Amino acid sequence: MSADRDRPPEPEDAPPADSRSESSARTSTELLAVRDLRIWYGTDRGPVRAVDRVSLDLAPGQALGLVGESGCGKSTLGRGLLGMLPPAAATDGEIRFQGRNLIGMSPARLRSLHGPAHGMIFQEPLTRLDPLMRVSEHFEETLHTHQPDLTRDEARHRALSALRGMGIPPTRYRSYPHEFSGGMRQRIMIALTLVLRPAFVVADEPTTALDVLVEAQIVRILADLRRNFATALLLITHNLGIVAESCDRVAVMYAGRIVEEGDVRQVFGAPAHPYTRELLASTISLATTELHYIPGAPPDLVDPPPGCRFHPRCPEAMRVCPARDPVDVEVDVGHRAACWLHGPESLVPPGMDARLTQGAIGVADEA
Amino acid sequence: MSQLSVEPVEEPREPAPQGGRGIRRVLSPVRSARGIARILLWAGAAISVLFVVLAVFAPWIAPYRFDQYSAGGHPFPKQGAPDATHLFGTTVQSLDVASRVVFGARTALEVVVQSVVISLLVGVPLGLVSGYLGGWLDRSLVLVMDALFAFPSLLLAIVLSFLLSGLIGGTVTAAALSITVVYIPQYFRVVRNTTVSAKEATYVEAARAIGARPITVMRRYLFTNVVQSVPVIGTLNAADAILTLAALGFLGYGVQPTQAAEWGYDLQRAVADAGAGIWWTGLYPGLAIVLLVTGLTLAGEGLNETLNPTLRTRPLRRVLLPPLPATLAPRTHRDRP
Amino acid sequence: MAARSGSMRRYLLQRLALVVPMVWVLVTLVFLLMRVAPGDPVSAALGGRLSPAALAARRHAAGFDKPLVVQYGEYLRDVVTLNFGQTLTDNRPVREVLIDNGGATLTLTLAALIVAFAVGLPLGRRAGRHRDTPPDVGIRLFGIITYAAPVFFLGLILQLVFGVFLDWLPTSDQAGPVVQAEVPTRTHILLLDALLAGQWNSFVDVLRHLILPAVTLGLLLAGVLIRLVRVNLIQTLRSDYVEAARARGIRESDVVGRHAFRNALVPVVTVMGLQIALLLGGAVLTEETFNWPGIGSQLVNYLNERDYTAVQGIITVFAVAVVVVSLLIDVVSAVVDPRVRY
Repeated sequence: MSADRDRPPEPEDAPPADSRSESSARTSTELLAVRDLRIWYGTDRGPVRAVDRVSLDLAPGQALGLVGESGCGKSTLGRGLLGMLPPAAATDGEIRFQGRNLIGMSPARLRSLHGPAHGMIFQEPLTRLDPLMRVSEHFEETLHTHQPDLTRDEARHRALSALRGMGIPPTRYRSYPHEFSGGMRQRIMIALTLVLRPAFVVADEPTTALDVLVEAQIVRILADLRRNFATALLLITHNLGIVAESCDRVAVMYAGRIVEEGDVRQVFGAPAHPYTRELLASTISLATTELHYIPGAPPDLVDPPPGCRFHPRCPEAMRVCPARDPVDVEVDVGHRAACWLHGPESLVPPGMDARLTQGAIGVADEA
Repeated sequence: MSQLSVEPVEEPREPAPQGGRGIRRVLSPVRSARGIARILLWAGAAISVLFVVLAVFAPWIAPYRFDQYSAGGHPFPKQGAPDATHLFGTTVQSLDVASRVVFGARTALEVVVQSVVISLLVGVPLGLVSGYLGGWLDRSLVLVMDALFAFPSLLLAIVLSFLLSGLIGGTVTAAALSITVVYIPQYFRVVRNTTVSAKEATYVEAARAIGARPITVMRRYLFTNVVQSVPVIGTLNAADAILTLAALGFLGYGVQPTQAAEWGYDLQRAVADAGAGIWWTGLYPGLAIVLLVTGLTLAGEGLNETLNPTLRTRPLRRVLLPPLPATLAPRTHRDRP
Repeated sequence: MAARSGSMRRYLLQRLALVVPMVWVLVTLVFLLMRVAPGDPVSAALGGRLSPAALAARRHAAGFDKPLVVQYGEYLRDVVTLNFGQTLTDNRPVREVLIDNGGATLTLTLAALIVAFAVGLPLGRRAGRHRDTPPDVGIRLFGIITYAAPVFFLGLILQLVFGVFLDWLPTSDQAGPVVQAEVPTRTHILLLDALLAGQWNSFVDVLRHLILPAVTLGLLLAGVLIRLVRVNLIQTLRSDYVEAARARGIRESDVVGRHAFRNALVPVVTVMGLQIALLLGGAVLTEETFNWPGIGSQLVNYLNERDYTAVQGIITVFAVAVVVVSLLIDVVSAVVDPRVRY
């Protein structure tokens, strides 16, 4: 394990780069630049820190997988990026989308982005289409709202070609949602999202409710998205296999924070964060002989553990971990992790890199 | 965040092991009800209590008796407008409207209590037996109850009081009995359906497996579920019973005027007054009905909203995001250029 | 398509199969209720007015001297053939009473339904959309109070305000006496007859008479409707397809109107079908309050006369009407709602 801590020396000169100026410099190439995003929900027990200081970037046509255990804030982050949060949520930070900050944007302007600029594909395709409306009416309504100049024939043509792209025959255009299977409804939902050609799509566990064969079909469609439509994708899932198959980059989320982010092959090939390692070890493959699991459960986001939120379950926790929030460290080009194993050493006080045994956690908390 | 935290709300859903705790658990959301549900619930409860007080202490609150047409040898005026001696005026029979309104609360309370108690006493055991035993008894009882439920409730009450008036006359009990038949199917339905689902539920099976007697199973597991819905139905039925009683009185099939003061009867007499512009004989008894029924409905709806988890809303809590601590500001630290 | 119409036919047959025992139980209940009463119906209705011999003759004519089982059989036969016997007091066929006065009751209930929907739908929609805001609380209170006010009290207040104090509208009867005499009876629906006869002034007169009773009965149902629409709209506004529509940037007015509201109305239609019982009960009271010459006021008259045959006939018709109307509404909503698959 000491090899992991064997890092190149830090550049002495640089005060840490200012994240704000950095983001504005990058917006020209980035489609989406998120900085220090926080989304907290108010509840009777106090605020739930569903998303806490998340930063990430997404380039046009790029597919980013967002993985993590249930209840770690993945869905909240996905909805937050689209400005689709319930009124009980408070947000701050910056979501720069095509150069405009979505935080603090008026609801009317936000609505004009929903659909043509970005879209969402949901987990439960069965209940996402209005049961009283024909598929055709869903398309006509959507197209008419955002492109009122479109003639009926043009709209029909657009809708049918989007459906054809998803393998839905034109003969089914006038059918009602209940006349389709779950997989077909999910493909209709994808077609309905793509018919407006959005630059960015969030897919929130789009295959969880579907069976395996249909799942493979949907994954292929999503993987083809960026090729056929130049659409950037945020794919939320807890299935690492799907991410490996269909994404360029992956972000690992734990307890409201992104703990590791980078190229899919880099992250899965050489995970830098112990949580990512544990998550990868927990996946079942043909080579699996016994089930591995991460002891403990994700923390309560009302009262998360101090410092690194993973430290109570981390096999490699050090004394610094409960004492200080870890900072993002670039462990390789385009591969960052927030873990004290990777430093920076300048921020770790002397002696704090000693291993933390389970019994020592309480002591460290007081430090 | 400690300054923002509030005590956790107790969840009332799982069946409680003991009766006493069960009631406390059921009532806990009432105590913790917030916002509009709370205001409505308490306003409704306050109005209902006000009328109970009026009913119980009617002889001390009302200036005269409900059938009194003179005081100190002086007859009351006929259809006299409201003045200092008769705050709400007098009727065509020279009766004091205010006193009749107050005594009407007593009649309403008597009828409501009797009818709710009788329909509970009949409906609940019938539902228990029907749901637990099942079979042809259950099927025929359900059919009869469904038929009674589908029947226009007012017509049912009218027919019954029409028949009962021949048997026992227009008494308070006759009115209560006529109304009772309307509500028995409602308790029957709730209790029977709960019994059937409780019988099928796995936790009952589990209890049976460890050797609990069927009667213990029924008592223990049904109690909480039934206790949750009966207060709501009871309150709403009480509201409905008052309307039915008034309607019976209005049609001349309620409590006889010599027996007690009854708002519906007074309203019937007031219809003739209305043409002459005499408004006080009808307005006050009518307002009493509206107020009491509104109060009971508010209480019932408030109870429903707090007891029924699907209707309960999580109150909106505002979150204030604390500013990011300055020492942590650079979240991104680059090791390599 | 063929498969769909097949399943629809099966659904209709199943639904019909449920109605027959229901009607039978109801009709039997009515019969039993009318027979548990002490004494015999003829002397209850006519006792003291006719000689004992005449009473016995009447009793025989009405079949009250036959065994109960035979009477029950004859009653069932009468119900099936829509013949409800002769009234005891004025010796008219009950069917004639129903036909003569049914038009007025039909006019009143339909007009009340129009009022109820015109008031209840927009208010319920507004309350559900802006849940827990002051308009919502106000609308809910309005709904509760209109339900809490007995129809005869509401009618009385409306009579006082619009009939007596403001003197804008008539407060009694279905039309002025002249109009009643002049309009030839064709459909037994006075409003329609006036129109068919081309008597525009009579039509307006009937309409003016209709306003207060219809508003009175309509507001009773509006209270129920407001509550139903509100609760259902709150639920559909939380549904997945509404969130998905918002994610597509559909205008909020369309999200509410086209998606949430339309779906909220589906259960409303069914539940309103059950309110037909409330509507009929309310109609009896409204007719009595406004001296409206419908079946309800006839029922009250015959009740006062203790005319068992007439009461039995009218009650039977009401009970059957309730079951049949709720069947019709179920069928209509099954045809309208594309999801219903049985």
